[in-house]
Amino acid sequence: MTVTPPTVAAEEPRRASRRFRSIKGRETWAGFGMIAPAGILLVLFLIVPVILAFALSFTNARLISPNPPRFVGFDNFIRAFTADPVFLQSVGNTAVFALVVVPLQAGLGLLLAVLVNRRMRGITAFRVIFFIPVVTSIVVVSILWKFMYQKDGLINSMIDALTFGAWQGVDWLNDPNTALGAIIVLSIWQAVGFHMIIWLAGLQTIPEELYEAAKMDGASPWRQFTSVTWPGLRPTMVFVLVTITIAALGLFVQISVMTQGGPVNSTSTIVFHAVRKGYAQQEIGYAAAISLIFFVAVLAIALIQRRLTREKD
Amino acid sequence: MTATRTLTTAPAESRRIARPLPADRSAKAQRRWGKVFLYIALSLFGIIFLFPLVFMFVSSLKPDSQILQDIDSAAAFLPVGDISLDNYFGVFDRVPVAQFMFNSVLVTVLTVGLGLIVNSMAGFALSRLAWKGRLVVLAVIIATLIVPFETIAVPMVYWVAQLPTLVIEGGVLKYDFGWLNTYQVQIVPFIANAFSIFLFTQYFSTIPTSLDEAARIDGASWFTIYRRILVPLSGPAFATVAILTFLPAWNQYLWPLMVVQKEELRPVMVGVQYFFQLNTAWGEVMAYTSLITIPVLIVFLVFQRAFVSSIAASGVKG
Repeated sequence: MTVTPPTVAAEEPRRASRRFRSIKGRETWAGFGMIAPAGILLVLFLIVPVILAFALSFTNARLISPNPPRFVGFDNFIRAFTADPVFLQSVGNTAVFALVVVPLQAGLGLLLAVLVNRRMRGITAFRVIFFIPVVTSIVVVSILWKFMYQKDGLINSMIDALTFGAWQGVDWLNDPNTALGAIIVLSIWQAVGFHMIIWLAGLQTIPEELYEAAKMDGASPWRQFTSVTWPGLRPTMVFVLVTITIAALGLFVQISVMTQGGPVNSTSTIVFHAVRKGYAQQEIGYAAAISLIFFVAVLAIALIQRRLTREKD
Repeated sequence: MTATRTLTTAPAESRRIARPLPADRSAKAQRRWGKVFLYIALSLFGIIFLFPLVFMFVSSLKPDSQILQDIDSAAAFLPVGDISLDNYFGVFDRVPVAQFMFNSVLVTVLTVGLGLIVNSMAGFALSRLAWKGRLVVLAVIIATLIVPFETIAVPMVYWVAQLPTLVIEGGVLKYDFGWLNTYQVQIVPFIANAFSIFLFTQYFSTIPTSLDEAARIDGASWFTIYRRILVPLSGPAFATVAILTFLPAWNQYLWPLMVVQKEELRPVMVGVQYFFQLNTAWGEVMAYTSLITIPVLIVFLVFQRAFVSSIAASGVKG
């Protein structure tokens, strides 16, 4: 802790104006002192790494190498888009994952929020139950679902029981056609409770009087939802869609634990590919370039969010 | 919690299961049926969200042969048959789980604790004090909110590998380079957190400044005002930030996977991944995952109200 309480200024100012300035000055020093610990840490572990991510993207840096990094211009980016089919496949997989997860998770989260947005006996218990997977580590969830997805595992035996033996199920994670889908299911299962809570917070900002008025006008529950609830949820919707999109683009842990990108790269994602290149294969420069491409995608989403929220004002 | 009593029917999806009611039925009966359907829908969802975890806890108590036997019946979810804690003892025999637990607790406590101090001080400086460059700093901090950790993870490995550090070798304190395989590499980068600073800044600006002015006149230093006035009044903000930083710290995976190769420094999540790769006994894997899930679940169930309101607060930042 390097915070020194501002010491009493040594100079005893005689004129009011000088005294005023020294108080201001003291406030400035106090401000610097109190922001310093966080400021230094943010510079070291956020700002510098961001600058490094940019800088290393244009070099051939390796994690452990006797030679210093050499500037290679746009080579890493050109390589990613022309000479690295696994990267392109990872971009495709990540896009598919996001396009499926975003609407499903947002929609399901809203449905759950509407269901639990009332005073009823036991409603808190349901909220807690729906939220339990969120506080369960995604590493644990991935291992557990890998176990359930086995050929003779729980999922297939449940499908078997529910369809009375009509459909045996498949080897979910070892089939290139189903592996990504299987990961989508558990990802939604794990995170949807989080967005239920966000939607619920949004629902509770809508004034009760609007519903009262709608009911006086004889609006059906469905009409109340489309005319009162949905318009009132617009800011929440933007936030939910953007957070899910950014999280979906960053898909990594499930892949790392469950499939390692397989079978035949059908579940490789951008972040997984960057980590594989940068860490396992030590190509830091190339991995930084991939991370930068990922960041540009996230930035684009965030800017679209700003556009959307601005229209509203 | 202001629940809307008026909205008694859910949107389209669940309306489809609600049968159209004959007009002569009284509104009361209609409401009662609505309630019954609602409970059925909620229970179905409840089962979907709970069954994998129930399966995990139950399987952790059974030998593998029994798990396979039970998989085709409801017994998969029931602690019946050959129930014991053998899998748990097996995990402790095979890997230093207690050490992993200690590492994770240490990393989590220090990351959250130091984070509360450092980020709340920064929030105080940004919300309460007039200093040159305050608005620029605030703008930079808000701008960094959109940088996902995944973007900087790989360059950061390169960076921390070169940072100076102090090491003890043969009882002598030495100056060295490289943070890989240390505790600090798992803690220090995550202490300062832009989102926590943002939440503190927002919360502190809602507290009236008349209090600090009075204290200033009494000659209190700014640090005293922060310590004696702002901190005691900001319990909810501290609780929210603690909860929001506790889960990611406990669940650290990508980062320690890359920067910690020494087994004795591994956190639980990386430990479980290695254990899972070595091990084919599912019962033991389930015992390990149960072991690292139960503490968090207990904390969550005790503080569930605070958890839920923290998450809700994090969503209202837009």
